[in-house]
Amino acid sequence: MNFNPNSSFLYLVAVFIIIFILAQSLFFLLRAYKRGKEIGMDVKKLRNTITSSAIFTVAPAVSILLGVLTLSKFLGLPLPWIRLSVIGAITYELPAATSAASALGVSVSETIESPVVYSAIAWVMTLGILPSTILVPLLIKRIQGGLVSIKNKDSKWGELLITAMFMGMISAFMGMVFSNIRKGLAGWIPIFVMLFSAVLMAVCGILIKVLKVKWLQDYALPICMIGAMAFATIITPAIV
Amino acid sequence: MAIRSYDDKTHYYGKLWIWTAVMVFLFIPISICVYYNAWPPFVSVFKGLLGVAPIFWTVGAIEVITFTPMLGTGGTYLAFVTGNLTNLKVPCAINAMEINNVKSGTEEGDIVSTIAVATSSIVTTLIIAVGVVLLGTLTPILNSPMLKPAFDNILPALFGALGVVYISKNWKLAVTPMLFMAVLFIAVPSLSGSVGVLVPVGAIISIAVARLLYKKNII
Repeated sequence: MNFNPNSSFLYLVAVFIIIFILAQSLFFLLRAYKRGKEIGMDVKKLRNTITSSAIFTVAPAVSILLGVLTLSKFLGLPLPWIRLSVIGAITYELPAATSAASALGVSVSETIESPVVYSAIAWVMTLGILPSTILVPLLIKRIQGGLVSIKNKDSKWGELLITAMFMGMISAFMGMVFSNIRKGLAGWIPIFVMLFSAVLMAVCGILIKVLKVKWLQDYALPICMIGAMAFATIITPAIV
Repeated sequence: MAIRSYDDKTHYYGKLWIWTAVMVFLFIPISICVYYNAWPPFVSVFKGLLGVAPIFWTVGAIEVITFTPMLGTGGTYLAFVTGNLTNLKVPCAINAMEINNVKSGTEEGDIVSTIAVATSSIVTTLIIAVGVVLLGTLTPILNSPMLKPAFDNILPALFGALGVVYISKNWKLAVTPMLFMAVLFIAVPSLSGSVGVLVPVGAIISIAVARLLYKKNII
């Protein structure tokens, strides 16, 4: 059988996966929304959460779509489409595909023509990421139980612990922004973008808290993010 | 019969969905092998896995431990199926809880986080699907040199804004892990490829600093 990484069969598999993901997300969304109403949370706030999360998601989602396009050059569209719609990210899928292809002595610079190489890549991508999904049902109660017992002992420290975890994540990503500064001025671009985004957020903070522009609160993060991305398109040609 | 709480039921449904998801994930390579009658040699899959699994299994385990307390029950079960945690789902959930003034670990926090993660998953899935359908039209726009810097800088654009909110609230807590990470990445730039491993390192440092400052009544 001739192998085509863009065959209708593979698109069918992709559509099946997409429907599964949408069904699960919708199930959890409706359940949480209903429960929120039941315990007397403000319906308007719940709806605003949906709108603001949706708007925030647009820019990162387009960047994920770019990852699908990058991978599609050698894997066809359906497999990257599947892989980036479920757990996984371009930073994982690309090394996984490269590692599987090189184990079979194939280069990933052109479209895969062998179904064996293709299925090997699909297996490596799947098995490489599966543990994080499997570990959730195995560990979640233990992790939450540990947190509850810390909170019961000392509630202030329990809260501080979660804040510290957030801070750990944020500091790792903010630190990463500095990784190219030894490459000269061009390496500073991410830092300028980060600072611009931070200044925009500070301005939004003033508008929300001092000038009471309440609607802005829900949209401040996407506005700052897209503003800073636009800033990157202006300063990059000027610097590079 | 005892009435089960919302959280208990979330665990029940969460487990049901997540184990189904594991089956669905495995169905992908199996269906390819069966349909094309192309079973890869075990050794090549094993060798391929050897190249990525040691790092990604470790990062995966660390992500579960780090993000579960932040995302709450419903958010965790969903986010670990729909993926893109650090660059999308976790910031989205954190931001939503911040806006609504609810804390993770409470029922309200759980609800808000679940709504944020679910909405974000639906929107991402739809955007990618629309992108795939409109590929011909969108590819030249998305790959245009003018837009490239915007997408190259998506993480600094996100973490600058998110960072300022958290740092302004807890600057005493933020200074040490931030300085440590900045110095580390300047000294060893190649680490940016494995930032996932450094998230728990940052978390451990900031937890240690938090404990110290808390004990001394500084925060």
